[in-house]
Amino acid sequence: MTDKVAGKATEDRQAAPLIHLEGVSKIYGQGEAKVYALRGIDLVIQSGEFAAIMGPSGSGKSTAMNIIGCLDTPTEGHYRFGGVEVGGLGRDQRALLRRNFLGFVFQGYNLLARTSALDNVELPLIYQGVPAAKRKSMALEALAKVGLAGRESHDPSQLSGGQQQRVAIARAIVTRPDVILADEPTGNLDSARGEEIMDLLTALNRDEGITIIMVTHEPDMAEYADRLIRFVDGRVESDVRNPVRN
Amino acid sequence: MFYETIRLALQAIIRNLLRSFLTVLGIVIGVAAVIALVTVGQGSTDQVEADVTALGTNLLMIKPGQASQGPGSTTGSAASLTVKDVDAIETQIARVRVATPTSARSMTAIYGNENHATSVTGTDNRYLVARDWEIAFGRSFYDSELRAGAAACIIGDTIRAELFGNGDPLGAAIRLKQISCRVIGVLEARGASSFGTDQDDLILLPIRTFQHRIAGNQDVDLIYAAVNENASTEKAKADIERLLRERRRISAGEEDDFNVFDMKQISSMLTGITTVLTSLLSAVAAVSLFVGGIGIMNIMLVSVTERTREIGIRLAVGATEGQVLLQFLVESIVLSLIGGLIGIILGLVLALIGVRILAVPFAPDPTIIGVAFLFSAVVGVVFGYFPARRAARLDPIEALRHQ
Repeated sequence: MTDKVAGKATEDRQAAPLIHLEGVSKIYGQGEAKVYALRGIDLVIQSGEFAAIMGPSGSGKSTAMNIIGCLDTPTEGHYRFGGVEVGGLGRDQRALLRRNFLGFVFQGYNLLARTSALDNVELPLIYQGVPAAKRKSMALEALAKVGLAGRESHDPSQLSGGQQQRVAIARAIVTRPDVILADEPTGNLDSARGEEIMDLLTALNRDEGITIIMVTHEPDMAEYADRLIRFVDGRVESDVRNPVRN
Repeated sequence: MFYETIRLALQAIIRNLLRSFLTVLGIVIGVAAVIALVTVGQGSTDQVEADVTALGTNLLMIKPGQASQGPGSTTGSAASLTVKDVDAIETQIARVRVATPTSARSMTAIYGNENHATSVTGTDNRYLVARDWEIAFGRSFYDSELRAGAAACIIGDTIRAELFGNGDPLGAAIRLKQISCRVIGVLEARGASSFGTDQDDLILLPIRTFQHRIAGNQDVDLIYAAVNENASTEKAKADIERLLRERRRISAGEEDDFNVFDMKQISSMLTGITTVLTSLLSAVAAVSLFVGGIGIMNIMLVSVTERTREIGIRLAVGATEGQVLLQFLVESIVLSLIGGLIGIILGLVLALIGVRILAVPFAPDPTIIGVAFLFSAVVGVVFGYFPARRAARLDPIEALRHQ
């Protein structure tokens, strides 16, 4: 199951930038009804970065995240992930990229309901074909890393919002991905819980070297990143180092 | 991975236990109906065959009337048979061991305050030989009684129980319409036949008594001829036909105006009827299986819509189309197999009740059970494929956005 795509991505990782968007456009509809969600984006994100993407709604930041996360493909331009042209890959090949190199954290947590924290975290490992015993130990380790040791048998409904988001982060890191894509990870949380989540993401970036790309509209949360990318009308309006952090 | 998929499917089914049960109800009913009908049908067939064997497969029945009519029908036009015909068959055909005349009427037998509607048959002692029937107590007819047409009767065990209870019937006088006859013997109990008729519900009179005092003619309705142990019934049948054609002066080109029935023929005719009925009902049950399949497809489609977000999550964390397809396909197969299993158990229970009511043997057929189980799996695949494919082809972005 682990395939050529995975092998190639690893091979080329040293040479090419981790994430490389070149003239990427996304167009919905046809003819008169054509809508540009992205208008020729150029963006390079290196391995180990912690980038925050900001911008008003409709600015194309979610579309960009979907393309970076290999959930969607560009209409025009090139997206290379670790040197691999994602635009030319089929659905299943992109699924393999997500499975092996990407982790997702969503605003609404997106955990499986009526399923224990442990089973939720094991989910990506099931698709990787990891044997049950190893899966369990890896999932327990990931849960411990996000500070949820002892909660593995709890259902999402028995956990607070902050705890649910931690389970989601554990699910994202259990496969030891290169990148975590976090879409408004603190959007549903109060500021104290939000800060805990941000501390966790910062620690993962610093200690594990996981690249983090986060969409947010809260400037406080964006302060945690070391790079701020601002989208307006489907274009990158500004792309700066975080003055506070550096 | 495969084990995981089955575990996932079971989880999903258990989470919605009531709905899962309602979903498979169609399959359960379909499979149960097929199993119950086929099992009871097979039991009836076995019983018919056993009964015919018990009656004697070497027994031939001769009736007046045109061919192509069952043994139960009577045709008035043809000349009737006589006791002389019976004697001729028995003495002139070597292959026939014994032949006996019978004529019967439905009548009410009265004794004291008790009365019972039964069948009164005029015959002679050879009847007991041909049908291999023993007298439980009392005696058979004396020759003098047979010759004189005496008012003496032998009764079946049901008559004894109905009219006399625990009392002694021997020597008692039973009223049969205008005649009064004395009980001289009681037949050994035989129980019910496969057609639900009580074989012990009869009264035997000397044929002459019956002809003179009840029927008012010299006719014999039906002749039983028992063929010798080693002789072929087909050949004996041909012998009888030849003899009767001669006696009745039927010329070469003409058709027989009498019928010789072989018990084997009757047996195959009866089992034929059971088989046709069983397959007809099973076809109806199969339609119910099909409807059950549509029910599964319906619920699986609802389930896919309801679980759109779950599918989105699975796709996002790296499930391939094939893995999602397999998950939903396995779920519908497991669902319909569970339905099939419940259906098989229910069907066997129903069959058990059915065979008890019909008093036939319980004959479950492993082939039919296997086929039913396999068929429910097929239903799962066929009707689960379309919803599963729909799930697998969902766009992960849209699916994650789904509320």
